[in-house]
Amino acid sequence: MVNETLARFGDWTYGATVVVYVFAMAFALIEQAFGKAKPRRAVARQLATVGGPSTSVEEVPAVEARPAERTRSERFGRMGAALMVLGALLHFTSLVLRGLAVGRVPWGNMYEYMSAVSLVAVVTWIVLMKKFPVRRLSAFVLLPIVILMFLGGTVLYSEAAPLQPALRSYWLIVHVAAAIIASGLFLVPGVASVLYLIRNRYDHDQAKFVRLGERLPGADVLDRVAYRTTIIAFPIFTFGVICGGIWAEAAWGRFWGWDPKETVAFVAWVIYAAYLHSRATAGWRGGKAAWINILGFAATVFNLFFVNLVTVGLHSYANG
Amino acid sequence: MVPFLRNTWRGLTSMRTALILLFLLALAALPGALLPQRTLNANKVADYIAEHGWWGRLLDRLQFFNVYASVWFSAIYILLMISLVGCLLPRTLEYARALRTKPVLTPRNLSRMPHHSESTVDKTPDEVIAQATRALSGWRKTEREEENGARTISAERGYLRETGNLVFHFAMLGLIIALAVGKLFGYEGQVIVKADGSQEFCNSGVLGYDSFQPGLRVDGTDLTPFCLKVASFDVNFLPTGQPDLFRANLEYQSEKDLDTGTWQTYGLEVNSPLRTDGDRVYLLGHGYAPVFTVTFPNGEKRTMDTQWRPVDQVTFLSEGATKFDPPGITDSEERRTKQIAVTGVFAPTAQLHGSLLNSSFPDLRDPMVAVDVMRGDLGIDNGRGQSIFTIDQSMVDDGRLKRVARENLSVGGEVKLDDGTVVRFDGVKRWVYLQVSHDPAQVWVLVFAIAIILGIGASLIIKRRRLWVRVVPAADGRTVVEVGGLARTDQAGYGEEFERLSGAVTGGKN
Ligand code: HEM
Repeated sequence: MVNETLARFGDWTYGATVVVYVFAMAFALIEQAFGKAKPRRAVARQLATVGGPSTSVEEVPAVEARPAERTRSERFGRMGAALMVLGALLHFTSLVLRGLAVGRVPWGNMYEYMSAVSLVAVVTWIVLMKKFPVRRLSAFVLLPIVILMFLGGTVLYSEAAPLQPALRSYWLIVHVAAAIIASGLFLVPGVASVLYLIRNRYDHDQAKFVRLGERLPGADVLDRVAYRTTIIAFPIFTFGVICGGIWAEAAWGRFWGWDPKETVAFVAWVIYAAYLHSRATAGWRGGKAAWINILGFAATVFNLFFVNLVTVGLHSYANG
Repeated sequence: MVPFLRNTWRGLTSMRTALILLFLLALAALPGALLPQRTLNANKVADYIAEHGWWGRLLDRLQFFNVYASVWFSAIYILLMISLVGCLLPRTLEYARALRTKPVLTPRNLSRMPHHSESTVDKTPDEVIAQATRALSGWRKTEREEENGARTISAERGYLRETGNLVFHFAMLGLIIALAVGKLFGYEGQVIVKADGSQEFCNSGVLGYDSFQPGLRVDGTDLTPFCLKVASFDVNFLPTGQPDLFRANLEYQSEKDLDTGTWQTYGLEVNSPLRTDGDRVYLLGHGYAPVFTVTFPNGEKRTMDTQWRPVDQVTFLSEGATKFDPPGITDSEERRTKQIAVTGVFAPTAQLHGSLLNSSFPDLRDPMVAVDVMRGDLGIDNGRGQSIFTIDQSMVDDGRLKRVARENLSVGGEVKLDDGTVVRFDGVKRWVYLQVSHDPAQVWVLVFAIAIILGIGASLIIKRRRLWVRVVPAADGRTVVEVGGLARTDQAGYGEEFERLSGAVTGGKN
């Protein structure tokens, strides 16, 4: 029934993935720590002040323009990014192996679920690195991912096993897949919003977060990364919650019953709706919106851990 | 008074209020996940209150154990709904108006726009206008002529964004209303049915159910009739004890079958409810009913198959109380000294530690019961309802119900009491726990939910853009083309798109 050999290979690949991510993180950290703060910063400040009460751009101490040759720290950064891609491939392989071993989709318990969420977050970040100048922030994104995967592989590890009857449904595949994609995507704006707050703080008072602040991309870039990712994740999350309702109607006799997991998903959904609102509300853009986004991600993580591990609800068998 | 009302209305329907109400809604929903809820588990609520003393009682008074029906939760979402209506009405009007008006005049100074390009081309103004019109197909646009002879095109795109946004918010309103209708006219009922075809359940009234939760406008007199029997119950467990399959083989009659007397069959499984005439039947659980036969001293026999309840969901160790009334005794005083209850635990697969019975597997491999036989007054005649799973402990405490035997019995095993009565363990039946649900509005909930997804998708993906073209003839027969662009939502990405568009408008690079 369960192919033990494949399951074992899947677990080894998982371990290898974590190791590769740790190295990718170290390399990204080197670029972040030793790389020169880029001239981009001046440009970023200029963008940030368009339309606002403009502080003069000349005040910004211009960093001497770098020649085209790559600095050593930049090379580390590129290696880190390459490692991240390699890690993602290994990561994907480990999930495929687990799926083949058990003959079902590999998201039937917390170990598998968290692994899949992490993979989505990594892939999201790889895509974003191509569009925005954020490569050197990889370590900040990888840190929560490595923590998640470490917990998933140790405390929350589950042996490969078939699903319980209640979990055998096409809606499981769709509903949980949507939840995984949305949660993985939400991780990125969560991190970007924390960095946004740091950068924002530094922009307002150069004495705050001196080392970190000047090495972060402009607040506008971070804000845009957070917003763009959130608006992709939010409809997917909405879709996932609705699929959950359709599945619950078939499995439990009602489409919504305020089960703890449903409740916290609702709370997270409302918080993200508030985030989208805040961006159209005078006086709430920027810092406050970033806080709301962080709160939304906190609710997502809370839902993953607290509800699965502490409360007893219909969703509890997700950890079995 | 009027200004006060107007200000209140404005305040209530402002974006900031909506935001704060959304926050409050999230905050108010949270206790429902952290505290036990009556609707989900009333026993846990009672335990919680008992454990937490005055704090528990205070929370109870403040409706924290019934969050989603509480006054404060309702107040928040009703305010939010009012705010939503107040916000949607003017926006819909404005939107309808915007659809009928032409794109705005070309600004005098296009170089002030966030995106701008200017070039001189070897074409006539007519050619440029024609080319621009082609490049901007799919945009809403109008052509205007300015006093100095310059010709302009104003173009705008992305109206569907606002459509999506309005659809989303209206669908939200519709969904909430459909939910409310369901709460008014829906019901749920649970019933235990023996899985050997011996018991027929009919949805004819509240009394057929073991428990029933009516909607606010349901009194149980008007249920859609249907009947069902459970012919058999298939289970399969993996060697680890993990369940692999549950299937209740139903025979049922929907409303029209009742007239013709035909029975249909259905394999009821966990993820596939039976749907008939607006009612749905679900398989919620299963369990065992040990069958006991009591042979009274006068030779009369009584057989009962009362269901016992599983106390361990993994091994299905079950407990219960099978109760017997002695036959042929008319004097109620005397009868109440001779009533018999067989209580104790049942193990589908026996595992003995000394004489202590436990279960090692959920399926029927080696069934055994460990019973206490009680004799005396069961307290079933005193009008107080009692659980079918337990005996009335107060009767035991009063000494009116006494234990007269304690024995472990395998199938066929029997125990003889001092007065000659024999209690025999005949075998085991299975029962299933079914739920019947009715919600006339749930299909509307689904429709609105789909509209929500479509609306939000359109609203977040579609971008609103404006573009202006001004064409001025130059002295040497050439033409000056000026293009300006403004992103009305989310700047990101418009830069490249603008370059492409302005390139297409002027007819390639120059
Ligand atoms: C029932 C609670 C509500 C929820 C869950 C909700 C949710 C949302 C979401 C998710 C968005 C972003 C998607 C989009 O732009 O279409 C949004 C946008 C918007 N909402 Fe709501 N909303 C609610 C109530 C309200 C109310 C009461 C108002 C009026 C005060 C309002 C006004 C708006 C406006 C103007 C936008 C457009 C913002 C923009 O242009 O980016 N909403 N809403």
